[in-house]
Formats: sequence, C-alpha cells, structure tokens
Amino acid sequence: MDKLVEIRGLTVDFAQGGRSIRALHGIDLDVGAGEAVGLVGESGSGKSVTWLAALGLLPGTASIRGSVMLDGRQMVGAPRSMLETLRGRRVAMIFQDPSSSLNPVFRIGRQIGEALGLHRGLKGAAAEAEAKRLLDRVGIANGARRLRDYPHELSGGMNQRVMIAMALAGEPDLLIADEPTTALDATVQAQILALLQEIRHESGMAIVLISHDLGVVAENVDRVCVMYAGRLVEEAASDTLFDRPRHPYTRGLLAALPALDGPRTRLVSIPGSVPEPWNLPKGCAFAPRCGEADEACHGSQPPLVPVNAAERVLCFRTRYFPDAPASQPQPVPALQDAAFREAVL
Amino acid sequence: MFGFVASRVARAALTIGFVVTFAFVVLRLSGDPAMLIMSVDAPPEAIEAFRKAWGLDRPIWEQYVAYAAKALSGDFGNSMRDGRPAIELVLERVPMTLAITIPAFLIKIGLGIPAGIFAALHRNSVLDRLTMTVSVAGFTVPSFVLALLLVLVFSVQLGWLPSSGSESWQHAILPIITLGVAGAAVLARFTRSAMLEVLGQPYIRTASAKGVPWRRVVSGHALPNAAIPTVTIVGFMIGSLIAGAVVVESVFAWPGVGRLLVASVANRDLAVVQAILLAIAISMVAANLAVDIAYGWLDPRPRRGRAHA
Repeated sequence: MDKLVEIRGLTVDFAQGGRSIRALHGIDLDVGAGEAVGLVGESGSGKSVTWLAALGLLPGTASIRGSVMLDGRQMVGAPRSMLETLRGRRVAMIFQDPSSSLNPVFRIGRQIGEALGLHRGLKGAAAEAEAKRLLDRVGIANGARRLRDYPHELSGGMNQRVMIAMALAGEPDLLIADEPTTALDATVQAQILALLQEIRHESGMAIVLISHDLGVVAENVDRVCVMYAGRLVEEAASDTLFDRPRHPYTRGLLAALPALDGPRTRLVSIPGSVPEPWNLPKGCAFAPRCGEADEACHGSQPPLVPVNAAERVLCFRTRYFPDAPASQPQPVPALQDAAFREAVL
Repeated sequence: MFGFVASRVARAALTIGFVVTFAFVVLRLSGDPAMLIMSVDAPPEAIEAFRKAWGLDRPIWEQYVAYAAKALSGDFGNSMRDGRPAIELVLERVPMTLAITIPAFLIKIGLGIPAGIFAALHRNSVLDRLTMTVSVAGFTVPSFVLALLLVLVFSVQLGWLPSSGSESWQHAILPIITLGVAGAAVLARFTRSAMLEVLGQPYIRTASAKGVPWRRVVSGHALPNAAIPTVTIVGFMIGSLIAGAVVVESVFAWPGVGRLLVASVANRDLAVVQAILLAIAISMVAANLAVDIAYGWLDPRPRRGRAHA
C-alpha cells in the first residue's frame, strides 16, 4: 500500500505560564492510501493533537518538532501558504461538535460553497449544484432547501453530515474524523459511521478515525493505534487487537467494553486516572495504573517495538504473554523476562 | 414580526415616558427655580408672582398632568430665563455638539476597532500589551484630566491650538481628540475580547481546516461573529452623540447641548432640562432599536427564534 502520510518522531510542546509542557512524545505513524486507521485513547492522550499538529492547526503556543510527510512533502515547519493549499484539498478534517464547528452566521450553502470555490474553483450556480449533490451524497434530503438553512436550524447529526459534505468538497485523499460521533445520539452515531464507511469504499479516500471509544473504532477501521499520555502504546490490525490485545492498557480498555453477546458480566474499569502531562511518572506512563508493572516499568520508559510485521507495542512485560485473552493476564516467567529486558535496554 | 415591532415601540415609549416623569419629579423636588432665577433679595411678592406665572404654586401632580398634556401636543414649555421655547434652545445647540461628537465617533470606530482586532490577532505579544496598556490609560484617565493635559501641551506649551471657545474649526480639535481617545480605548478593549472569544471557537478551526487562508478566516469568519457583541457598545456610542460630551463641552467652553444642560440644571430652568433629557432618552432609545435591528441582521439566531415566538 502506498504511504500517504508518514509521521516520524512528532513531538508537541505547549508553552504554558513560562514552562513548556510536552503533549506528544514522539509519534511514529503511517497512513496508507485508502486505508482506515483508528486512533484510540482517553482525552488528553494526544490523538487529536497529533493531527492538528500535522495540519498546522494548533495555536501559536505549540511548538512542533519531528516530521510529517504528505506525498513526500514536509508539513512540519512548512509555510502557512503551503499548509493552506493542502488543508481541505489533500487532508480534510471533521470535528467532535458539529453544531459549533459550523459558522453560526452563515448559511450551510455558503459554507460548503466556500470550500468548493477554494478547491475546485466552482462559483455561483455550478457551486450550488455541486453543494446540492454533496448534501445528497451525505444523505441530506431536500438539499436545495437545506442549503439556505443556518446551522442552528439543523440537528447535530445533520450538521455532522454537512461537515462531511464540506470535507468532501475538496475531494481529499485523507479525512481525519476527530471524534465525529461523540456529541451525537447512539442511533445517529451509527448512521454517521456507516456513511463514512460508505464514502470511503466509494471514493477510496483514506480515513483516520479518532475516538475514545474502542467500540466505535472496532468495526470501522483496518488498523488501530492506541494512544496513552502522548505516546502510541500499541498498534495492530483491528482483528488482531481485539482478539489478542498486548498492552495492559489496551486489555483494560477492552475489558471495560460491554460484550454484545454472551452472559452479562460486570465491566472492569482501569483503576486510577491518566497522569497530567506536566506530572508524568519517570518510567512508563501507564505503570501507576498497571497491574503488571514492576521496578523496570517504574524506572524507565519502554520503547515502542515491533512484535511482528504488523504489530507494535510499548511495554516491557506483555511480550511474554502475546496470546493472552483480554482479561486474564498470565504469570510471567522470570528468566525470560530478564532476558528480554536485557535485549531491550 | 408585527408583534415584535409593536412591542419594541411600546417599550421605547414606556422608557421615554418613564425618563420624562422621573426627571419631572426629581427636578421639582430638588430646589425652587424662583429663588434661583429671581435675585436673592427679591421681594416675596415678586417671587410668589413668578411661581404663579410658571404654575409652580400648584400641586406637583397637577403640574405634571399639565406638562404631559402639552408635551403630547409638541409643546415642551418655555425657558424660565429668556422665555423662548425650550425645544428651540436645545435644537439650536445640537449641531454644535454633533460637530464634535460625530468626528469623535469616527475616531473611536476608526482607531478602536482596528486596534482591538490587531491586539487580538497578536495576543500576548509586545504590541498587544502596548495596545492594551494605552487602552487602559485611555479609559481610566477621566476626560477632564485628559482635556486639561491636552490643553497644557497643545495650547499652553506648544501654542498650536486654542484652549477654549468655538470661533474656528481649530477650536473643535482638542474636544474631538479628548472624546475620541477615551471612546477608542473602550472600543479597542471590547473588540479585542470579542475577537479573542470568536477566534477560540471551533468554527474558526473548521475554516482553517478546510483551507481558507488565514486573512480570510479573520475577515470572513471571525469578524462577522465578533461584530455581534461589538455592535452593542457602538450603538451606545451612537446613542450618546447628542449628550455624551457634557464634561468635555464644559472644560473647553464649547456651546453644545452638554453645556446648556449644566447651565440649565444650575439655574433650575426646568423646561430646558426636561427637553434635553427627553432628547437624550429619544436618542438612546432610537440607538437601542438600531442595535436590535443590526443584531437581527448580523446574527440569524435570535431573529429566527423571535420570529417564531
């Protein structure tokens, strides 16, 4: 698969009250053409920041280092004018709260039309016809009339459809969907996800689906990246990840997910909470909440290492129970453990 | 829509009626015009005759009914000092006041709004801090202090401009600057915070994410939204065009409505004070109505909401 985006060592620091707080600790991530990648993690784990940084959409207080290549072009540190030609055209983005993500004082038609004018040079009647077609494409009936509506006259789900139509206006190669369904009702959520799937299959556009909800990501992507405290902690094909989660955090997330079949069981939550970015532990950021952490985990930062061609995991411990089911960690053989640590450190 | 306009007009009339009534009562209770207009050693009979002539001897409610009845037919009474119709005295001063308040208003808009936008776009930079420091100084220094400072520098030290009077257009410059600077400072601060609020909104990020160049994000997406709260304060400034220069007119001896107000209050020239207050009330109410209309035009949300209500 052709690589569309290649992120290497991406770090983001926010200047805050005279000090610098690292929000992203070196992300390595690829997105192939037409691929669907899920990015999962709790709020503050850096999943949105990764893509806002890549597109240069973070405020001036953020300093971004590392590399983001889009079609062989470096986006980190690129001049604003260059980023502006890529945004919407090559990479489009939709956001969590569709109703406040649309400008309240302009009609829908004008907002879609603006994107059409920018990226495809369409104006007037041509732009209107295309906007109508896009509304139709995202499942909004009676498009001609809806184009004259203001965002506050539409429901959240409708507004998210409008956002998607606006994103499609530039015919991008990649759509970043940042928690696209978090603010919506469950039924609408399913409709929007189905719509995104449908569009991807039809257009061959790649999608990065950012969500705090593993369940949302599960059925909609080829590959999942789990993030925790500004780091990628596990990456695997979605089937693999759900069948054989490796990182204790991923296993915790899965254990906290209600099963649709089988007997009703008590959901297990992960104890503790995500550390604040300015108060990270010395070693692995998950160690304080991890049932399997030992001295080494508390003492130093584990690297993200490939387990095989398709899987990467950031953990000292889990390589020793690669096939462990979700909620039954197995005892770790001490000898092998030591040998592994020697190999890694 | 008709219901909306009707209720607004009714409210406006009520406001004006309230102001007139309040002013009437307070003025009648706050001192005897007869004592002030006649000399102190005037014989009691003369004072009594004066009271009778102006109806001041009647009970206050009777005076009020008589005043209100006349006012409704357009007669706002005569000045107790020179007997001319009060409304005429006021109207002949209005152009003089507008001659300084309108240029000052243009300065407020032309200086204050761009400065606020600039400061917001360069938030926390040296230039932002400088702009805001100047702005704080601009509106915390009372206008009479600023006026005196300007006189000290431009009239006394440099001798470039006259310090008081109204004989030439040069006389208008210092009053205009005094009024304009303070208003521009307020407006700059207001615009800055409105802009900052808007720039932090998700739809601004959306506009950037869809590839709109930054200049157009600011002018096309942020400004129309930031204009909504700013219109309120601009409306207030328009409302005070007629009477917003009381202090400055007094300091620079500028013969406008403000100075007439001060003199009339001092003399208890009741009809004139009443007429001025009425003019102020009407201009404020009219400005408010204009703000409401502008709101509906700038922001589709309340207009739609009310149209259904």
